[in-house]
Amino acid sequence: MPGATAQTAARRASHVPVQPGVPLLSVQDLTIGIRGSAGRSVAIVEGVSFDVAPGQRMGIVGESGSGKSLTLRAIAGLLPKPVEVLSGRVEYGGADLLTMPAKKRRTLMGPEIAMIFQEPMTALNPVVRVGDQIAEGPRRHLGMSAKEAGELAVSMMARTGIPDPRRRARAYPHELSGGLRQRIMIAMAVSCGPRLLLCDEPTTALDVTVQLQVLRLLERLCSDTGTSLVFVTHDLAVINQTCSELAVMYAGHIVESGRVAEVFRQPRHPYTRGLLESAPDFDRPDRELIPIPGFPPNVADRPAGCPFAPRCGYVRDHCTEAMPPLAEVAPGRLSACYESDRLTEVLA
Amino acid sequence: MLDRFRFVPIRLLQSIPVVIGVTIVVFFMVHLLPGNPALTILGQTATPERVAALNTQLGLDKPLWDQYFIFVGRLLHGDLGDSLTYQRPVFDLVFQAVPITLSLLAFALVLSLVISVPLAALAATAPGRLRDLLVRVFTLIGQGMPQFWVGIMLILLLAVKARAFPVGGYGQTAAEHPYYLFLPALTLAIAMSPTTIRSLRASTINVLGADYVGTARSKGASGISLFRGHVLRNAAIPTVSIIGVNLGYLVGGSLVIEKVFAIPGLGSLMINAIFSRDFPTIQAVALFVALFVIVVGILTDVVYTLIDPRVDLSSRERA
Repeated sequence: MPGATAQTAARRASHVPVQPGVPLLSVQDLTIGIRGSAGRSVAIVEGVSFDVAPGQRMGIVGESGSGKSLTLRAIAGLLPKPVEVLSGRVEYGGADLLTMPAKKRRTLMGPEIAMIFQEPMTALNPVVRVGDQIAEGPRRHLGMSAKEAGELAVSMMARTGIPDPRRRARAYPHELSGGLRQRIMIAMAVSCGPRLLLCDEPTTALDVTVQLQVLRLLERLCSDTGTSLVFVTHDLAVINQTCSELAVMYAGHIVESGRVAEVFRQPRHPYTRGLLESAPDFDRPDRELIPIPGFPPNVADRPAGCPFAPRCGYVRDHCTEAMPPLAEVAPGRLSACYESDRLTEVLA
Repeated sequence: MLDRFRFVPIRLLQSIPVVIGVTIVVFFMVHLLPGNPALTILGQTATPERVAALNTQLGLDKPLWDQYFIFVGRLLHGDLGDSLTYQRPVFDLVFQAVPITLSLLAFALVLSLVISVPLAALAATAPGRLRDLLVRVFTLIGQGMPQFWVGIMLILLLAVKARAFPVGGYGQTAAEHPYYLFLPALTLAIAMSPTTIRSLRASTINVLGADYVGTARSKGASGISLFRGHVLRNAAIPTVSIIGVNLGYLVGGSLVIEKVFAIPGLGSLMINAIFSRDFPTIQAVALFVALFVIVVGILTDVVYTLIDPRVDLSSRERA
């Protein structure tokens, strides 16, 4: 199968050896923002740290503007100007992507790290046949001829469940449905056999039924090849279906992280709890939805102390004085809340 | 695929009424010009009798409508009449001049792309920075300078002073033609570039911010390969129609430039014909220019359809 050869070729071409026990991706104290003159920079994402082990699937959840997408884009080196990484490290297999020469970093994009974007309509080049768009990566990184890469593209499309892939490879993006386009994106992302897949709300633009198919496909591809996943979404149900680990972001900070099942069962941060209580649960349709009052703070004038304090039902005086550190509250469980001990209720 | 080009024959048919309109306008405009061709041919000392005799011989004493229908009737037989000045079929004169003008225009188009694409790319990849400012200043200056003046300056600088290029003419052999046409083509290209650069710069900035460019970067594309593979073709889409419109205007500009550089193309033919009130020649050149503009319009849409697979002009024609 050409797909398998592609992956072995990708392994051979690998530039970054991964040692056992070392996380594949390690984000350390990452701060992203806009650099101003005379040190007056505005941080949009502050002090974000997390590790992703080989084969692990990590979800990052948060509302619009929480900095989850910027975090993902910083890993891929695709921050929109004028936003940039202000400090911190993004290590891939032990090597810091941020200090690596741009040329070396580009050789990783595709065969090591690949990205799937939110809008399959706008994320595909409208004037290039989709087969050629999939073939582009393998041609560049795996040294394939146009013909070999074209064949690989067709087999990748078949693998992502696109019917009649040989004909569809010659189609332009506007000739395909949203679900097919997102499958094209996925085929493109996995075409060079990456070890880390970054997904930026890949199902948000899709119908719920198509959404489920795409999630299952992603999950299957990742477990087949042992690919690690960082999955950004605002949809808790999607995290539940795809990921094993979870980080909750609020106003540019990770406020809680841990195993998905445990966080869902017993959230240890008031914001996580608010998110879970405000999201509908189809298994319990008569449960009352409790909205979170207020709005997230503006990044430019974040309040001192915990950014969630103005909206928090557990708030005490010390919450508004200093930002609570992200601390271990249970084995493998981190929460950035002074009052996390009061949050022990188990949500059924 | 071919379906999308069904608009071409339809558009050709649609241009027939346009051409008829053009013949009417051209014919009557020419006859509104003051001055009498017979007088021009015979000179100031001609007697009224000789002028009247020549008018009868040329058919200029008939009512205008009759003259128009005679003109159209001959046109349908492929006969554009004889030039009053040269006493030769106008068709032959135009046929000699057309390839010269067309090659000048084609050369100018190529040169303007050679100038515009890199400059637009340089500007668009660093908006607001120094090189962007320089390119924008260049487009402003380029737009501000009159074409004939640019032509004369180029002659003075590159032909008279540096002696790098001939002052004028078209050359004798096929190998000489590009060399002789370079300066006039450059003049036209400088006139055409500013709008192309501005349009291409704006659309390139847009495309560089598009999601699919992010996708391409996530596949490891950068620099030239990114620009060629994903940016240029998308950025060219709005620019193609602007170039098409400009080519139409450029024909007008080339008339003057041909005169400046003494190139025996349609422009020189036209201007000489106007001065000598050579009606059949003026009509023929104007008619050809109108046809050229129509064809360029259709070709623009063909190119548009070729580079953007989403464009389907044929279905709009059907609706």
